[in-house]
Amino acid sequence: MKRKTLSTIAVHAALVAGSIVTLAPLLWMVSASFMSSGEANTSPPPLLPGRATLDQYRELFVRLDLGRSFLNSALLATCAALLSVVVNAAAGYAFAKLRFPARGPLFSGLLAAMVIPGQVAMLPVFLLLRSMGLVNSYAGVILPGVASIFGIFLVRQYAASVPDELLDAARIDGAGELRIFWSIVLPLCRPILVTLGVLTFLGTWNDFMWPLIVLTDDTKWTLTVALASLSGEHVQDTELMMAGAVVTVLPALLLFLALQRSYIDGITAGGLKE
Amino acid sequence: MRGLSSWRAREARSGLLLVAPGLLLLSAFLALPVVASLLLSLTDFDLYAVGDPSNARVVGLRNYARLLHDPVFWKALGNTFFFVVVGGPLTVSLALGTALLLNHKLVRFPGLFRTIYFAPVVTTLVAVAAVWKYLYHPRFGLLNAALGLFGVGAIDWLGDPHWAMPAIVLMAAWKNFGASMIIFVAGLKAIPESLYEAARLDGAGPWQRFRLITVPLLAPTFLFVGLTTTIGYFQLFAEPYVMSGGDGGPMNATLSVALFMYKQGFRWWSIGASASIAFVLFAVILGATLLQRRLQKGGEA
Repeated sequence: MKRKTLSTIAVHAALVAGSIVTLAPLLWMVSASFMSSGEANTSPPPLLPGRATLDQYRELFVRLDLGRSFLNSALLATCAALLSVVVNAAAGYAFAKLRFPARGPLFSGLLAAMVIPGQVAMLPVFLLLRSMGLVNSYAGVILPGVASIFGIFLVRQYAASVPDELLDAARIDGAGELRIFWSIVLPLCRPILVTLGVLTFLGTWNDFMWPLIVLTDDTKWTLTVALASLSGEHVQDTELMMAGAVVTVLPALLLFLALQRSYIDGITAGGLKE
Repeated sequence: MRGLSSWRAREARSGLLLVAPGLLLLSAFLALPVVASLLLSLTDFDLYAVGDPSNARVVGLRNYARLLHDPVFWKALGNTFFFVVVGGPLTVSLALGTALLLNHKLVRFPGLFRTIYFAPVVTTLVAVAAVWKYLYHPRFGLLNAALGLFGVGAIDWLGDPHWAMPAIVLMAAWKNFGASMIIFVAGLKAIPESLYEAARLDGAGPWQRFRLITVPLLAPTFLFVGLTTTIGYFQLFAEPYVMSGGDGGPMNATLSVALFMYKQGFRWWSIGASASIAFVLFAVILGATLLQRRLQKGGEA
């Protein structure tokens, strides 16, 4: 009994210590964002603001117009999530349930293509977008990432559990295949579609490299690109940068907290890293 | 009978219709670009050719040969391997350690701890990289202040070429271990409790139960996590980009292969050379994948 108490304490001590270390960078980010300018750059570094102020946030939104980048990010992430859900759900369902020519070879092709790192395609994709006139456009940021092999696999796995009898019954009732997909399959697959939507939303919200390459006009920048540019110009303004970091990170964290189960199901199913 | 065959035809048509958007997009933005990239890597495609492709000439394998003689490329390759070989095991062991703790029967509120450990995974890399840049500050950074309590002298984490890459490894491990942890937790949950019960009845102690039940049954999960971490880490880009202001410094100490490729392509528009770097990276990742698959097969035999 005594040994059990001891190990309970030890396990919890380890978990709490780990939690403190894990959260420390994020807590300090929040704390420093409420400091007044220059306060963080003192020695020893203060953990809490002497007098909490919203100056940094005011500077970001009023003078630096970060609200615009915030809206760009929100718009792009929402569109990317919706498009990705529809496109990948259609393909995933078809691979799971419909017989069509070359289904096997096409699917093996997707399987093999999974080993290709996205970076290999980047330059030609940029040249392609350039020839289509999509450089410096929202479409240029979203389109290349809409179809995802991972997303198709995720939906296919889930759609396989939709009972064939249900689909056949709808066919006998005279429903067309597209109608079956839209009014029967999509609602039945809702949990996995939420997962896919959340993953895509956060992936787009957090993405940096591609919007950096595609968007040249600063009124179209996403939060990540605007923040990186800010960190170049305001490298000394620790408190301002931390406020910018909070504005960028917080929506992602809140969305994750709200839809935690869906997100984690996706990670566990596919084991992707980000 | 005619009804059935027209059904079949309709099913085939609808199937093709439903996969078409996804497959067309994947062809346009993945398959064709990869082929184009391979072809570009055999040319001297540069800024002039971006304006008018007829300015590009076929140079065979010259881009690849030049890479082999480029010390900067070897530096980038070495940095990337360092990141994979040091950062990979660090991330995976942090993930396994926390997963084992979380899976302990005595833990209260496992969901709360799981959420905390997972939080860095969903944060925006550009933003948390900015945070870590200040944590690493030689004079005002919290990390040096914390180390100072133990009598460790100030380290110029991002300014000193010896410390810059370890600093990036540390940040990446913090950011990523939660994702692998979740997969380990799922793997641990899938091990039937009855096996542990039976072993306990047979008189096996905690260490024996871990070694004889947990380790072998978790092995497939372990290899899966190892493989995805390795593949992901070979593509290291955004961390050094943000931490070094885009150039992989100091003195190329944080230049990764992907960052080198990016600079060649999008900064200097040496697209042919950049494509050849992409394919070397592809080959390295493919090699690592096959190696790990073989190890996995060997482990099962």
